[in-house]
Amino acid sequence: MAARKTTKKPNVSKDELLHYYREMLMIRRFEEKAGQLYGMGLIGGFCHLYIGQEAVVVGLEAAANEGDKRVTSYRDHGHMLACGMDPKGVMAELTGREGGYSKGKGGSMHMFSKDRHFYGGHGIVAAQVPIGAGLAFADRYLDNGRVTFTYFGDGAANQGQVYETYNMAKIWDLPVVFVIENNQYAMGTSVKRATKSPSLWERGAAYGIPGEEVDGMDVLAVKEAGDKAVAHCRAGKGPYILEIKTYRYRGHSMSDPAKYRTREEVQKMREERDPIEGVRQILLTGNHATEDELKGIDKEIKEIVNAAAEFSKESPEPALDELWTDIYAEAG
Amino acid sequence: MATEILMPALSPTMEEGTLAKWLVKEGDQVASGDVIAEIETDKATMEFEAVDEGVMGRILVPEGTEGVKVNAPIAVLVAEGEDAAAVPEAAPAADAAAEAAPAGSSETAAPPAQPITPVVPNEPDIPAGTEMKPTTVREALRDAMAEEMRADPTVFVMGEEVAEYQGAYKVTQGLLDEFGDKRVIDTPITEHGFAGLGVGAAFGGLKPIVEFMTFNFAMQAMDHIVNSAAKTLYMSGGQMGAPMVFRGPNGAAARVAAQHSQDYAAFYSSIPGLKVAMPYSAADAKGLLKTAIRDPNPVIFLENEILYGRSFDVPVMDDFTVPFGKARVWREGSDVTIVSFGIGMTYALEAADALAQDGIAAEVIDLRSLRPMDTGTVVQSVMKTNRCVTVEEGWPVASIGNHISAVLMQEAFDYLDAPVINCTGKDVPMPYAANLEKLALVTTAEVIKAVRAVTYR
Ligand SMILES: Cc1ncc(C[n+]2csc(CCOP(=O)(O)OP(=O)(O)O)c2C)c(N)n1
Ligand SMILES: [Mg+2]
Repeated sequence: MAARKTTKKPNVSKDELLHYYREMLMIRRFEEKAGQLYGMGLIGGFCHLYIGQEAVVVGLEAAANEGDKRVTSYRDHGHMLACGMDPKGVMAELTGREGGYSKGKGGSMHMFSKDRHFYGGHGIVAAQVPIGAGLAFADRYLDNGRVTFTYFGDGAANQGQVYETYNMAKIWDLPVVFVIENNQYAMGTSVKRATKSPSLWERGAAYGIPGEEVDGMDVLAVKEAGDKAVAHCRAGKGPYILEIKTYRYRGHSMSDPAKYRTREEVQKMREERDPIEGVRQILLTGNHATEDELKGIDKEIKEIVNAAAEFSKESPEPALDELWTDIYAEAG
Repeated sequence: MATEILMPALSPTMEEGTLAKWLVKEGDQVASGDVIAEIETDKATMEFEAVDEGVMGRILVPEGTEGVKVNAPIAVLVAEGEDAAAVPEAAPAADAAAEAAPAGSSETAAPPAQPITPVVPNEPDIPAGTEMKPTTVREALRDAMAEEMRADPTVFVMGEEVAEYQGAYKVTQGLLDEFGDKRVIDTPITEHGFAGLGVGAAFGGLKPIVEFMTFNFAMQAMDHIVNSAAKTLYMSGGQMGAPMVFRGPNGAAARVAAQHSQDYAAFYSSIPGLKVAMPYSAADAKGLLKTAIRDPNPVIFLENEILYGRSFDVPVMDDFTVPFGKARVWREGSDVTIVSFGIGMTYALEAADALAQDGIAAEVIDLRSLRPMDTGTVVQSVMKTNRCVTVEEGWPVASIGNHISAVLMQEAFDYLDAPVINCTGKDVPMPYAANLEKLALVTTAEVIKAVRAVTYR
């Protein structure tokens, strides 16, 4: 991939840049901590880290309005932090404790927050795609001007239900942004081995849905594309597809030996295209912030993440009778 | 300040591992993200990255050490300039880790050192004096596929990550090398599509083995399994059917929560046109899978991730098969019949051991295949013991246990001295939290309690 091409756009303020820096760093540090807690046996099962992909959710959240919705796969920690969910509640869900967003019953892959309009956290590849269109269907039905961000992976993009959904979303011009997080691998299968389509976003054309490819290692580029997609949806023109080219630094989940790619490939991406380092450079070279200021932010975030980790260890396991709750809603 | 580096948990089912290789030596500078060691888990060899930075002060566990418990200290990292020699020797890794098992570990996950052998070696399929070889369930399944693929060029394997990745759970390890990419085929993530394509290939004269990464994802393909594979022979008046196998891990693994922990035994067993096998031992895994591949019908073959790593004696024979519809008696007893299958056998056998110490002799039956089901062996046994407990991981409503109870009521009503008790998973989606997951699963203690209830002891 080409060397860094991020440049500060003239209309981006220092505050905005610092916001991106802070938000992305928060996800990175949170995920590193989650990886550590997994290694210690405090987190179990599947745990899919978002490290490397931070610019995607941070850029798109900056394009969202309050009340807009989002839904994603099992690789969901970054999405939850970016939409304003409490790191303590997320981490405590990872450790399976009462203080977690799902009271410890959902785990890493299944978290939800009605407050923050976060609709999961789905473990079945691509299942969230029609669900996202359904959220948008409800918004259009209720005529409330909301937009839904429906995130899915490059692997998920080959599931049939994605195309059934595209078709319906366009027939009914639903206000949904389909965000393909193309991190180049679905578990051990590279995009090239899974499809002969040269690009994933272009598949929307068959259904009359416009879209574009976006550099997902550049948060400013993501934000700009997000603005455009959201404007399209809010104008009543129906769905829009963003294929965001990104990269996951870690294995697919904690138990992936990742033999399908070279260490050099990962290292090169980290060194040349890291989204956090990109914003950091803009901040420093544009004299928007000093090393010390950024160190201050680093420290602040470390404290928030440490506090979340502490909370996730101290929060008790759920009460045993929680086994039997939430299976059915009470009839009103 | 010295920081201990602990043996990491690197998979949902890992409790201990081998420290295969150190990639740093004492005195080396280490940055966060550097790969410092290679660790073999129950599934794979993983690179282990440093989280903190510093200087490698002391390596506590030498490379090549097997059975290092998760969370045991394996090395000490010191700050730059700090004297590595001042770092005290840690206690031996094994002791230090004794109480540090990961929260998520299920008690049943650790592979026993010795192969598990039945008390009753009454396997009629194995001639006396046959050499036995300890084999894991994972290897047995692979061997079965390889043998059938060698024997029949129309057999092929298809699924997600089955070829280049060597299987998400390493069951298809080595098959790509031996049979090439014409017969060992990686698919995109399109279960409904490749299951249907498999059915078509079967109509077209091939014998597909369709692997689902786990059976949870087969729900995406349910329509083709039920509507296309199971019913076509009937609908075509016997002209054509789908000779194929749908296989993969089924049931709960460890801490993977509701969408990834479900036992489909009863689900598929209710469908005419499908055959369903669910082995417990490695020998049965091998023998039944070979039978499944040869069978002219669609076979649902339910494996279990936790059992993959367990070792059992497998007969060394040119062509060892196990027929469908034939249960195996693992243990003879006169006081109660315990009927189970798949991982449920773990609890059934543990319970029988414990009960034997209290003088209660349980007969333990492994159904092995659920459709066809060898209810004859169960009825015979209950005529002798007059009591029955069933054990399965699935949900209680419309369970395999319910079915067996109904059969016993019809065929052995006069022989029953107590109502049949079904031990099952709880009637809830699988929770993630460690304490709740433990409660949701069926346990050995519950089986023991049920046996005491039906024997009034
Ligand atoms: C229907 C289904 N099939 C298979 C799986 C197992 N699985 C989990 S994630 C994954 C890869 C998905 O890759 P991608 O969509 O690119 O998302 P990424 O993990 O890269 O974020 C697979 C095969 C699953 N969860 N659901
Ligand atoms: Mg991907």
